[in-house]
Amino acid sequence: MTRPKYDLGREINSILATDCGSTTTKAILIEKRDAVYRLVVRGEAPTTVEKPFEDVTAGARNAIREIEELTGRKLLDDKGIITPRKGDSGVDVFLSTSSAGGGLQMMVAGVVKSMTAESAERAALGAGAIVMDVIAVNDGRKIHQKIQRIRQLRPDMMLLSGGIDGGTQKHVVAIAELIAAAEPKPRLGVNFKLPIIYAGNQDATSEVAKTLGAKMDLRVVANLRPVLETEVLGPAREEIHRLFMEHVMAQAPGYDKLVKWTPVPVMPTPAAVGSLVETVGRQRGITVIGVDIGGATTDIFSFFHDTFNRTVSANLGLSYSICNVLLEAGLARIARWLPFTMDEGDLRNRIRNKMIRPTTVPQTLEELLIEQAIAREALALAFVHHKSLATGLKGVHHGGTFDRFMDQKGLAPGAQSLIDMMRLGLLIGSGGVLSHAPRRVQAALMLIDGFEPCGVTPLAVDSIFMMPQLGVLATVHPEASAQVFDRDCLIRLGWVVAPVGQAPAKGEVEIMRLKGTLPGGQAFNEGLKYGQMKRFPLGEGDKLTVQINPTHGFDVGAGPGRAVEAQVEGGVCGLILDGRGRPLALPEDAETRAKKLIEWFRSLDCYPAEPFKRLIER
Amino acid sequence: MAHAYTPGLKVTDQAVLRKQRRLPIVADILVKVGDQVEPCTVVARTSLLGDPQTLNAANILSLLPGEVRSAMKVKEGDKVSTGDIIGLSSSLFGMVKRKLVSPCDGTVERISDVSGQITLREPPTPLEVAAYVSGKVIEIIPKEGVVVEAVGAYIQGIFGVGGERYGAIRLRAKAPDKPLLASDLDADCQGAIVVGGSLITGEAIEKAAKLGVYALVAGGIIDTDLVKYLGCDIGVAITGHEDVPTTLMVTEGFGPMRMADRTFALFKTLDGLEASITGATQIRAGVMRPEIIVSGYRPPQRHIEAQVTEGLVPGTPIRLIREPYFGRLGVVVELPPELQVIETEAHVRILKAKLAGGEVVTVPRANVEIIEG
Repeated sequence: MTRPKYDLGREINSILATDCGSTTTKAILIEKRDAVYRLVVRGEAPTTVEKPFEDVTAGARNAIREIEELTGRKLLDDKGIITPRKGDSGVDVFLSTSSAGGGLQMMVAGVVKSMTAESAERAALGAGAIVMDVIAVNDGRKIHQKIQRIRQLRPDMMLLSGGIDGGTQKHVVAIAELIAAAEPKPRLGVNFKLPIIYAGNQDATSEVAKTLGAKMDLRVVANLRPVLETEVLGPAREEIHRLFMEHVMAQAPGYDKLVKWTPVPVMPTPAAVGSLVETVGRQRGITVIGVDIGGATTDIFSFFHDTFNRTVSANLGLSYSICNVLLEAGLARIARWLPFTMDEGDLRNRIRNKMIRPTTVPQTLEELLIEQAIAREALALAFVHHKSLATGLKGVHHGGTFDRFMDQKGLAPGAQSLIDMMRLGLLIGSGGVLSHAPRRVQAALMLIDGFEPCGVTPLAVDSIFMMPQLGVLATVHPEASAQVFDRDCLIRLGWVVAPVGQAPAKGEVEIMRLKGTLPGGQAFNEGLKYGQMKRFPLGEGDKLTVQINPTHGFDVGAGPGRAVEAQVEGGVCGLILDGRGRPLALPEDAETRAKKLIEWFRSLDCYPAEPFKRLIER
Repeated sequence: MAHAYTPGLKVTDQAVLRKQRRLPIVADILVKVGDQVEPCTVVARTSLLGDPQTLNAANILSLLPGEVRSAMKVKEGDKVSTGDIIGLSSSLFGMVKRKLVSPCDGTVERISDVSGQITLREPPTPLEVAAYVSGKVIEIIPKEGVVVEAVGAYIQGIFGVGGERYGAIRLRAKAPDKPLLASDLDADCQGAIVVGGSLITGEAIEKAAKLGVYALVAGGIIDTDLVKYLGCDIGVAITGHEDVPTTLMVTEGFGPMRMADRTFALFKTLDGLEASITGATQIRAGVMRPEIIVSGYRPPQRHIEAQVTEGLVPGTPIRLIREPYFGRLGVVVELPPELQVIETEAHVRILKAKLAGGEVVTVPRANVEIIEG
């Protein structure tokens, strides 16, 4: 059994945990019943960083008060949470994660953009940071432009890497000199020096200290690339975490009070979700992609080839950052997911209004479809970002060292993305728009459209957006975290079968046939035409072994036209067949596209029939 | 979200406001506690470190990094002027001479023996912060700035662009549902904060910039007009630093939006008075909203009663902030405790509200904000 990071030295039977998000604070109550830990109830309330509250614990209290009402149990007193439990009052432990402080903003620097600078970027992202800029000797900017950029940005901290141990010192010292000349200032507080973590050539440490030591708060950790073929991100990530706790999370108003409520450190939300995704991948021995789409950011986590990667798309979210999705994707790409026409100006104004009033929810079906359209684009953009960073190490020689690299990772060399959608073992969605989609199949389709899984892929969502709390719970009670994750958090949506291939010349002809036997014994024999989507009921726990026969030019995992036998499992959405091809291309013509969207939404039973009919006939 | 509500924007004819005025780097404080200040009074000043100029001396002089120092004509701390020869080297028995010329006025900050780079620091530039409002200094923030207390009328907007300005309020709309047109602006609006009703039109923005109007205020703005004015799209709502001639503030949202009656009524009473305005908006942790402050305004009698927010209760005046009732005003009539299913099939906490026209509608509680007094 996994050992907890923190040992509280007492039996834990009831757990209260909150996640103070940028928009909403979510609270959950977990209890051990019949020897098993289960989610009892949840509550939520808007995060209270704005006037007149300006105190994150006000939002936490509101969310917990909802739990008190639903359970009839007293959890709060004047000082905070009642711990340990006394009869019907209080809980054994209170835990929290937080992203209410605005996130960790970092600037990273390295010598070569695609090598040490990229390793530094991965270290920062993996620690939960938003990377504001990556400075490198060969980043294409002139020296004065780099200095200007460093001066303009006000990060929470910097990470400097460069050079292998024992290698040349000149370049990394030159970058240090550039930073020293710019004298960057911290985002928060003028009276302390900006922390900078040095994780470069250890032989250059004294020269870097001489250059930066007087001007900045220098911390030295192990080199990110001690040799070219190895990346050591752990020590830098640990130091980033430590500094984050000290300097950044403390900036959320009322954070000092929240800290006193809990016996273990408040964990940054993305770090908590990331650790949970990594644990799922490791324990089950599968490849995983997890996504947490929030109000301000979209975080993507992947575990492929024994390597965990996380990226944060800092300004892709569905409330505070919704206009940035509009900016990056463009209105046309958002509107292409709507099965009705809409005045462009009206659509733009509505997206802006969501930005300035971020805690509102869609009341009409039209508003829901708009929000889900934006979510598809945010997911797709964030995933492109993730794939560009979740790569093998670049700059590795193709000689003897290449062999070592192949041994380590089992990968092709260089810049190849680690992400292989044909070999994806689980796609998990989390975040308000996915977890709170009124029908689970809406979440399934958003995941399919945003990530375009290929071949045969299982889909899941976080039932009520509780992965952050389970991530922090794993630090004190891994067993409770795993039990609740499996039984109450992970909603198995079902599997999707999506052949890879382009539109056949003959149009909507059959591209795949599935044959098998359903759990009841009846035969399953279904064909799928290009451009079609189908959904079949297959309950949770039901298993179906199918022979999947793609036609010439279509691939479900064994190569074009080659059959695959797979065992798929049921879920709340059953089995989804996606015949739209990969890469996914919607019809160009607006009228044809709208007709197809209506067909797909109806085939999958995505929306309530009557309001949907009224909406598209409007 | 039984205990949750969205706090509304503050609109009041009398408020005590404390504004922090600070610089981002260590500064000299020029006032003391108790001093009376005006919007333009400079309260703190500092020198912003000059820009650095980094020269790759080793490359230019064709030397090894360790040889650069001995080839320099200046040492760390020396002053230099543009065009000064600050380093010399020669090769091929003195036949090829290379010069390192200073590209700027400044000081030699560093000569690196490892990288062969030298860093020159340009002269510092002064940086100041003004009081922004008329009021009294009540606190000194050591080495950073001050807190100024002002008493007067206060109107928060929902979104704005452009920095701090100071000028007289000119109400140019006859009713809260009338848009602000170019024809509403004249020479009298120069240097003023011009208030309209439902919409800041694109044509009004253009004319305001030409006339030198300091700020425009109305219920709404069309997104595309804003993009055209700024010359770029806004991705994340962190504003206030735009280099624009006229600051803009909207009180309700995007699109033509009737200004809330109490906001419009307050502008009527403030017409002609001097006010401070900022368009700075930040919709994230440490939320900032645009605002107008009329320091020193004393209402003859409180025609708008200050209210202590009790949260959502029957009778609470609210603004509906999402479609299909976006921008409508009403009062809470019922707060059913149980979750209810809305058109999207989502289960949410709702409330029933009576709109200004008498219609009673059901809306998610998350989609209303309290009208604060």
